[in-house]
Amino acid sequence: MASYKRKPAPAAHTLVMVATRKGAWLFHSDAARKTWRADGPHFLGQIINHLVLDPRDGKTLLAAAKTGHLGPTIFRSTNLGRTWKEAARPPAFSPARNGEAGRAVDHTFWLTPAHASEPNVWYAGTSPQGLFRSEDGGVTWAPFSSINDDAQYREWMGSVQDGTPDGPKMHSIIVDPRDPAHLYFAMSGGGVHETLDGGKTFTPLLKGLEVVEGFDPATATFHDPHCVRLCPSNPNRLYQQNHCGIYRLDRPSDEWVRIGKKMPKRVGDIGFPMVVHPRDADTAWVFPMDGTMVWPRTSPDGKPAIYATRNGGKTWLRLDAGLPESQAWWTVKRQAMTADARDPVGLYFGTTSGELWVSRNEGEKWACIAQHLPEIYAVEATELA
Amino acid sequence: MKVLIPSALYSYTGGASVEASGDTLAAVLADLDRLYPGIRFRMIDEQERMRPHIRFFVNGEQIRDLSQPLRPSDELIIVQALSGG
Repeated sequence: MASYKRKPAPAAHTLVMVATRKGAWLFHSDAARKTWRADGPHFLGQIINHLVLDPRDGKTLLAAAKTGHLGPTIFRSTNLGRTWKEAARPPAFSPARNGEAGRAVDHTFWLTPAHASEPNVWYAGTSPQGLFRSEDGGVTWAPFSSINDDAQYREWMGSVQDGTPDGPKMHSIIVDPRDPAHLYFAMSGGGVHETLDGGKTFTPLLKGLEVVEGFDPATATFHDPHCVRLCPSNPNRLYQQNHCGIYRLDRPSDEWVRIGKKMPKRVGDIGFPMVVHPRDADTAWVFPMDGTMVWPRTSPDGKPAIYATRNGGKTWLRLDAGLPESQAWWTVKRQAMTADARDPVGLYFGTTSGELWVSRNEGEKWACIAQHLPEIYAVEATELA
Repeated sequence: MKVLIPSALYSYTGGASVEASGDTLAAVLADLDRLYPGIRFRMIDEQERMRPHIRFFVNGEQIRDLSQPLRPSDELIIVQALSGG
């Protein structure tokens, strides 16, 4: 197998991009990641679901925005957030065909820069679920592939009632670093899917995944992947935090293996985010939540902790040094936990209560660097020269 | 005609009152989008439906049809309706 080992990113400074229910913030670190400077709010009052930097140029930011009153749009900055300009044509579904009820994008939920060999190409996932592509750096967007209007996929996507409380989400759009035509995406609900031919055809990847008791796991509709990540150091390996546990997939196998069974029983293996190590495919982190009874979606027992595996899911280690020891009832949304590529790796997560937490040592110790932000929807981190 | 803009859209128009022309609501909104690119899609979705929290009033009467005829002397008020906290 080809090696995709990456060297640690050079120590310059780290940029953490925080998207919230009422605006976005950029946090700039010093070289040691000890002190942080907040730049924001950007788009105060607007709902920002994702804020992502283009790793291919290191300066273009895209923000997925809407407000309570207005329809969705994409804002672009080509100078790291000093100025913003709205997309000329944001993601929008095709006009309804005769006799059908047309769909309208409520919000763009997920943004993914495409392959390194495809500069200015981006993918977007929306709610209701749709897949879109831009080939001009996010200025104009068009439906990508046939799945937005494919009868089978529309059935799997379900209706608004079948999705999460604020709408079904297309998320975890992943580009294979070895092949720009090999993509994955996940639908909540609707399962994990892949294409090997640049979007001409898609295939479900459901084998081994559990669904809520009483439903048929062969039906994509009943699958609820919360977050899927591909390991940069081994693109044959994916990890998934699912509604029904934590999984690992080692290609070319198409069968997911539930690795969350080794989590402590009192904590369980339900949660939303999943983070992978940039250079070690055996290391991954999750943030468990209370998925019992009515699904409180809080830290289990009010005691938040990250859990790490260093051996591909055989064992898990609780990492909570510095985090509240009790009475902390927040949780972390699916795209609100991430890692940088430094050595040691920095981990970052934002909470539903508006706190931004940082670990400079792969989760061994945590510090809160911002409080009282709006509910945090997404956190991304990158290194800047 | 005179068009009163809700505060959520000032980032496009720069203020509360603008002039736009057209003989239907759809035509006036198209003219607004020509003058302030992107503003229409924030109010009207890709299926030509008014977004849930945007309302249009002409001379004090609410209108729900994009083909509603308008006259140059009419006053169009665009309202951002309640949308939660």
